[in-house]
Amino acid sequence: MAKQSRILLGHGGGGKMTGRLIRDLILPKLDRGLLGSLPDSVVLSGLGDSIAYTTDSFVVSPIFFPGGDIGSLSVHGTANDLACSGARPLFISLGLILEEGFSLEALETILASTARAADNAGIQIVTGDTKVVPKGSADGIFINTSGIGRVETPVRPSFACIQPGDEILVTGPVGNHGIAVMLSRAEFSFDFRIESDSASVWPMVERLLQLGSSLRFLRDPTRGGLAATLNEIAASSGTGILVEETAIPVDSAVFAASEMLGIDPLQAANEGKIVIVVEKGRGQEALELIKALPLAKDAALIGTVTHENASKVIIKTKIGGSRMLAEPSGELLPRIC
Amino acid sequence: MNSAEEKRTAQALAREIRTICAAAGRPMQFMEVCGTHTMAIHASGLKSLLPGNLRLVSGPGCPVCVTEKGFIDEAILIGRKYDASLVTFGDLVRVPGSFGSLTTFRAEGGRVTVVYSPMDAITRALQESPRPTVFLGVGFETTIPTVAATLQAAGLRGVDNLFVLPAFKTIHRPLQILAAKDDLHGFLLPGHVSAIIGAGSYEYLVQDFNKPGAVAGFDPLDILVALRDLSRMAAEGRPEILNDYRRVVRNDGNPVARAIMDEVFEPADAVWRGLGVIPGSGLALRGTFTRFDARKHLPVEVPVAKDDPRCLCAAILTGSTTPDKCGLFGKECTPEDPVGPCMVSSEGTCAAYHKYGVA
Repeated sequence: MAKQSRILLGHGGGGKMTGRLIRDLILPKLDRGLLGSLPDSVVLSGLGDSIAYTTDSFVVSPIFFPGGDIGSLSVHGTANDLACSGARPLFISLGLILEEGFSLEALETILASTARAADNAGIQIVTGDTKVVPKGSADGIFINTSGIGRVETPVRPSFACIQPGDEILVTGPVGNHGIAVMLSRAEFSFDFRIESDSASVWPMVERLLQLGSSLRFLRDPTRGGLAATLNEIAASSGTGILVEETAIPVDSAVFAASEMLGIDPLQAANEGKIVIVVEKGRGQEALELIKALPLAKDAALIGTVTHENASKVIIKTKIGGSRMLAEPSGELLPRIC
Repeated sequence: MNSAEEKRTAQALAREIRTICAAAGRPMQFMEVCGTHTMAIHASGLKSLLPGNLRLVSGPGCPVCVTEKGFIDEAILIGRKYDASLVTFGDLVRVPGSFGSLTTFRAEGGRVTVVYSPMDAITRALQESPRPTVFLGVGFETTIPTVAATLQAAGLRGVDNLFVLPAFKTIHRPLQILAAKDDLHGFLLPGHVSAIIGAGSYEYLVQDFNKPGAVAGFDPLDILVALRDLSRMAAEGRPEILNDYRRVVRNDGNPVARAIMDEVFEPADAVWRGLGVIPGSGLALRGTFTRFDARKHLPVEVPVAKDDPRCLCAAILTGSTTPDKCGLFGKECTPEDPVGPCMVSSEGTCAAYHKYGVA
């Protein structure tokens, strides 16, 4: 069949289509060494302190959703990419692309929430840019942020550190952001009172760094959700992963809404959670380190890294069966961040 | 029921099934007719609990999967020729037609809106007025009454730019064809469709074909109960139609919904992917409701569509084979870049195998 000659929404979904676009088109043209390993943020050398650097763009629709808006999200998204590299987020830039006719009042609200999110996370917004495009060239407001953080760990958690036997944790119930944004769209008239989990994850990471080299890996499971992150871990580390369905925290409202929408909560985005891999035997300790934080009060051990089923994620279902937990593909939930 | 109890109950039911199948001493094969069951079976890892001599094969109860390629072509051609706005359930947008899918049509500037209720088609038509707005009418008895009610509402409100492109299907005729197959020993009957047509409407399976059926809900435990009942009836050679989903399905179904359906639609022949033309297995608009018929009022020349000869969707839809036997599965045919509809639909058998792994 004919190959696609245009960008489809699925290319932005964070799943396999996005991966292929990056690998086949972007990297061959742009990679000069650091880009190719596709880290959430890159650690730069030769600048004095060890500096982590990242960027992210935000096109979420709707702009306001329960638990946040495009402004707070643009701070948390970038801050969390830094945090998962073991870096304390310090500075971010803010690039605004505004559509002609966009409400100034809405902009004011978004800027206030951006400032609040940055202040709460101890981040300064230090440079920025504003562009206005004619009506119809953008959808209200798009934001790009890039961020700089200071790496606060001598060991760098990475895929390469992951070993069979390691334990896997998630810092709280999954799927809230993706489902909250989906439900707040005009086409749905359900009221589940689900809020986005949008938050800075640095306070959790800061505590986890006490584990030293027992902390193998960190990733914030955004687009594609827990399923995408676990599959990325399995594929990139060449190990297998076994998780227990009943151990994975999912809010009951999220579960109900996801049944109705036909979306697996494990494949729905999070904006304030981390998937953590720690050395065998240290899972409980990791759990105790973070559980004191309100952000991680429902954190849980969900599975282990295995020799078997290399590069695959197997989920033990609640009825005691087992199956693969697949990576989501394509246009699952467009414009959720 | 808490999760520990659920697991215990599931394990107990699985043990019962294994005992029955071991005593039967011969292989048995059941068809889950409905795509939602296929998904639930794979999502719950249920197959990993079943004995080796009990096989489950998927049936034609996935509305998107049984829709012919030519239907997608027809929809896109209507969109192009009449600058029509197409309104559809989400499942259909990535099904490949002969010259692209609704997704690629949208990327080229075509008007395609995904809705979650047929009633949203009225809203869309009012927004688009006077541009013709065409609802792509795919679905079984579960969906058809809501489409019928939508057309009644559109009639009352005088919405004159709304049309339906009908490809509706009803389940009994294809089930009669499948029931004649010697290698199918029983049927896991659809839950939602049965809520409309009634558990009592399947008696022909027993009387004409001497085969058991069990109407099941969609929880893994619902399905296990129905599979246990099917195994027992098939093993003992005492077929019946059992309603294992009484909390939702009545013996006489939902007569009100059927009456609405009958008012708006009448039986017509339908083309099924995998089964060909089955007389009386589809629905056409009836009487005054033909004013909503897109095929009549927005005619297009649809070239004969050819399926990729290597695609096994047709055989998979009749339970003759399984996705892992298809050379395209997971290689040339993936959910991102599907060859056949069974890989696209959220109820499709290939999509289930791909998403949840080969059991």
